[in-house]
Amino acid sequence: MATASVATHDTAHDHHDHEHHDNFVTKYIFSTDHKMIGKQFLLTGIFWALIGGLLSVLFRLQLGFPDMNLEWLRPLLGGWITETGQLDQTFYLALVTMHGTIMVFFVLTAGLSGTFSNFLIPLQIGARDMASGFMNMLSYWFFFISSVIMFISLFIKTGPAGGGWVVYPPLSALEQAIPGSGLGMTLWLIAMTFFIASSLLGGINYITTVINLRTKGMSFSRLPLTIWAFFLTAVIGLLSFPVLFAAALLLVFDRSFGTSFYLSDIYIGGEALPNTGGSPVLYQHLFWFLGHPEVYIVLLPALGITSEVIATNSRKPIFGYKAMIISMLGITILSFIVWAHHMFVSGMNPFLGSIFMFLTLIIAIPSAVKVFNYLTTLWRGNLIFTPAMLFSIGLVSFFISGGLTGIFLGNSAIDIQLHDTYFVVAHFHLVMGSASFFGLVAGVYHWFPKMFGRMMDARLGYVHFWLTFVGVYMVFFPMHYIGIAGFPRRYYSWTGFEFSNMYTDLNMFVSVAAIITFAAQFIFLFNFFYSMYRGRKATQNPWRSNTLEWTTPIHPGHGNWPGEIPTVYRWPYDYSKPGAKEDFIPQTVPLSATPESNLPHEQELVKLELEIMKEESEALVANEAKES
Amino acid sequence: MYGFLIAVGVVLLLSIVWMVYRIQTLVSVVKGSDKKVATGSNKVNAFLFLVFLVAIGGLMFWYSIKEFHNYQLPIASEHGVVTDNLFWVTMAVTGIVFIITHILLFIFPYKYQYKEDRKATFYPENNKLEVIWTVVPAIVLAILVITGWMAWSDITAPAPEKAHVVEIMGYQFAWDIRYPGQDNVLGDYDYRLTSAVNPMGVDFTDQNSVDDFPSPVVVIPKGEPVLFKIRARDVLHSVFAPHMRLKMDAVPGMPTRFWFVPTKTTAEMRAELNDPEFVYEIACTEICGRGHNSMRRVIEVVEPEEYQKWLTEQKTFLQMNPALAEGIEVEVKEVAEIQ
Repeated sequence: MATASVATHDTAHDHHDHEHHDNFVTKYIFSTDHKMIGKQFLLTGIFWALIGGLLSVLFRLQLGFPDMNLEWLRPLLGGWITETGQLDQTFYLALVTMHGTIMVFFVLTAGLSGTFSNFLIPLQIGARDMASGFMNMLSYWFFFISSVIMFISLFIKTGPAGGGWVVYPPLSALEQAIPGSGLGMTLWLIAMTFFIASSLLGGINYITTVINLRTKGMSFSRLPLTIWAFFLTAVIGLLSFPVLFAAALLLVFDRSFGTSFYLSDIYIGGEALPNTGGSPVLYQHLFWFLGHPEVYIVLLPALGITSEVIATNSRKPIFGYKAMIISMLGITILSFIVWAHHMFVSGMNPFLGSIFMFLTLIIAIPSAVKVFNYLTTLWRGNLIFTPAMLFSIGLVSFFISGGLTGIFLGNSAIDIQLHDTYFVVAHFHLVMGSASFFGLVAGVYHWFPKMFGRMMDARLGYVHFWLTFVGVYMVFFPMHYIGIAGFPRRYYSWTGFEFSNMYTDLNMFVSVAAIITFAAQFIFLFNFFYSMYRGRKATQNPWRSNTLEWTTPIHPGHGNWPGEIPTVYRWPYDYSKPGAKEDFIPQTVPLSATPESNLPHEQELVKLELEIMKEESEALVANEAKES
Repeated sequence: MYGFLIAVGVVLLLSIVWMVYRIQTLVSVVKGSDKKVATGSNKVNAFLFLVFLVAIGGLMFWYSIKEFHNYQLPIASEHGVVTDNLFWVTMAVTGIVFIITHILLFIFPYKYQYKEDRKATFYPENNKLEVIWTVVPAIVLAILVITGWMAWSDITAPAPEKAHVVEIMGYQFAWDIRYPGQDNVLGDYDYRLTSAVNPMGVDFTDQNSVDDFPSPVVVIPKGEPVLFKIRARDVLHSVFAPHMRLKMDAVPGMPTRFWFVPTKTTAEMRAELNDPEFVYEIACTEICGRGHNSMRRVIEVVEPEEYQKWLTEQKTFLQMNPALAEGIEVEVKEVAEIQ
């Protein structure tokens, strides 16, 4: 048995187990342990999710109950509540802007990718830590600085950035245009610069680690789909974030040094500005060159987590492992060449629009393949509904609902009417926002035992899931109707127009649903923090899963495995294999130990495997002889 | 006092929830259900997926049908009919996919919920299936794309030469409208000429601008091509005429355009909707600052004869404010003297 042979190696190699004597600062604050850094990202992400969610509740109050007296919010918002007890119009725009920025970057990029890439990559590929623990620490602390700056910008007198999360110039470049484009926008740009640095440091590390530090036997064709997803996400981030940096840098020049990259022919505040020759559309191209891949930076890790959770809890191999990888590769490549579908009516050449429409609808194909593969994985499984599994099924539902509306928006002719209406809001909140959020939550429920050695309460998890799942649909599904009716985004109020003076009831319904859904997240928060200290103690492999992280001790130390890093002999999805005693065979079990369940082509590999193992143990004996 | 009572109530409620939570945890420990692979909750969750499918699915369909006339805006342009057709064809195709995939997604959890005596089917791959569900969506999408592309090419093709030109300029927070007058050619403009008396920065030394006139309302003839020349003076805006299925960004420094053929006069639409107050509207759909939601203009579609008559009744910029021309002449004189 492999486990037995690993155990003997353990005793022989005790000196591999580096004893770290960390003090509080090196263990919890400036930690270089990927597991601690992952948890730091997670906690910061949860903090930001609360802020981002709270902001959305504030503007939903305005949209659902425009006549409500918000005087009771004055202790929180101060001067942003007008004398008549209404939300200030400029502040409404700032709320929308910060909600978007926080959710897209701080929660679903840092909170999702940062948490699980850090936590899972070394554990699932069999590495002691990231390629560079120090860079990894820097990655978190750059993110932390970025968070502090963005947080401060919420409280300044002129308010945070208010030009939408895309911060299109000239609005974001001219202080005269909106107060948020003053100090608030400066802080936004500084915060995003630190954020980009953080993402790049993290991304380089993830890529290097996956390529170089895989344990023996962990070939790319045996990587869990989570790792494939994190790896490709990091590649996308590494290639696209620098472009956002370039866009932001040119914006800084335009704002502060009098250049005209994005500005031209502007008359504002009673004076004609000297800038000529710039193009606001250039900014849009640069921004969306990150902005669209960003969607997949947010989504792919969630899809990776889902693949793992669904396979484990269906007690079935993920259907079409190779097809899943190919479709993720396809999405990765295509994500770079579809950006201008955000700009069909921006005034760019319509011929460009035609090209991007073709490319955009191609990306729907790998997405469809993934959905069908998830469905087939569920088919004839033996499904266990852990909270993680519920959230993963919820993710697939959102991915379908939101993905299908993408086919409307990717069609430039249909997009003319739908662009910048609530149809778009509904689309991306389902496919990107909610789907990724569900992936994040599924990941937390699934890997909580590995993170804290305790279980989260399942029943609270069920309640959390059903409230959130129904809640999200109640919030975002009605927005399709509002969007088809032509209601524009980022409107403080629609009553000024006759085509949009209806649906006050529907908007009220959406707001109530949003508040309930937000409140339901506190069940999760309670569960999370309570279980961290008082939850049921976890067993080593609570979900009876195949991947490597469950072979570590319940509380893995710095270095993850006390002895040798285990060797991998098979792919991670040998669930319910015919002939096997249990319904799962961990990756560390050699094929030679399971002759009863091996498939014909695996039987041939057994011979090779035995040879390698023999050579290895000979080498080991020789080494030990030398040492003694 | 009420505040205090509410606080006490909340505390009591929370402590009850807390008690229930603790009790059910202890009960599950006593029962030993934490050792089981799947507890009774598994059945409940499986069943709830079915309930969700029927209840939420039913709600969606009921509301979609009930509200159809409300969210389906009447169409008033030629290309609007085409794009709305595409919209509903896409809705049918995606609707079928939506229904089938969701029925499977929620029935599988019920049907294949955990049973101790059953083993899941080991079914890792089937290339034939993968090929099928790569090729079929590819074909369907190709059809949708090609029809969309043909519509898009027609809509964005250069406007017919005889199209009636209207200039729409966005600024914080309104639209200004300029007509080219009898010659159907707009005079030059320069943003540096903008002033309180000349908000559109029209260059009145250009012969073409002599007959240009402003209008508070966009008046256009029914059944004839109309070309909107769109620009912005300060930040991005976007012209959105929902009934015309028309949207185009207004970009400072880069004039844009959109042409279309209105198909129903305002009066006809009023009769059709039985709403004597109905007007076509323009809104802004690109965030532009504090007053983003207040950039309203009315479009009035009239019969061509009426339009011609209206054109002759309008006063040009120079007729309304002769000072505009004088100022220019002085400057021209000064330039001439320097030379």
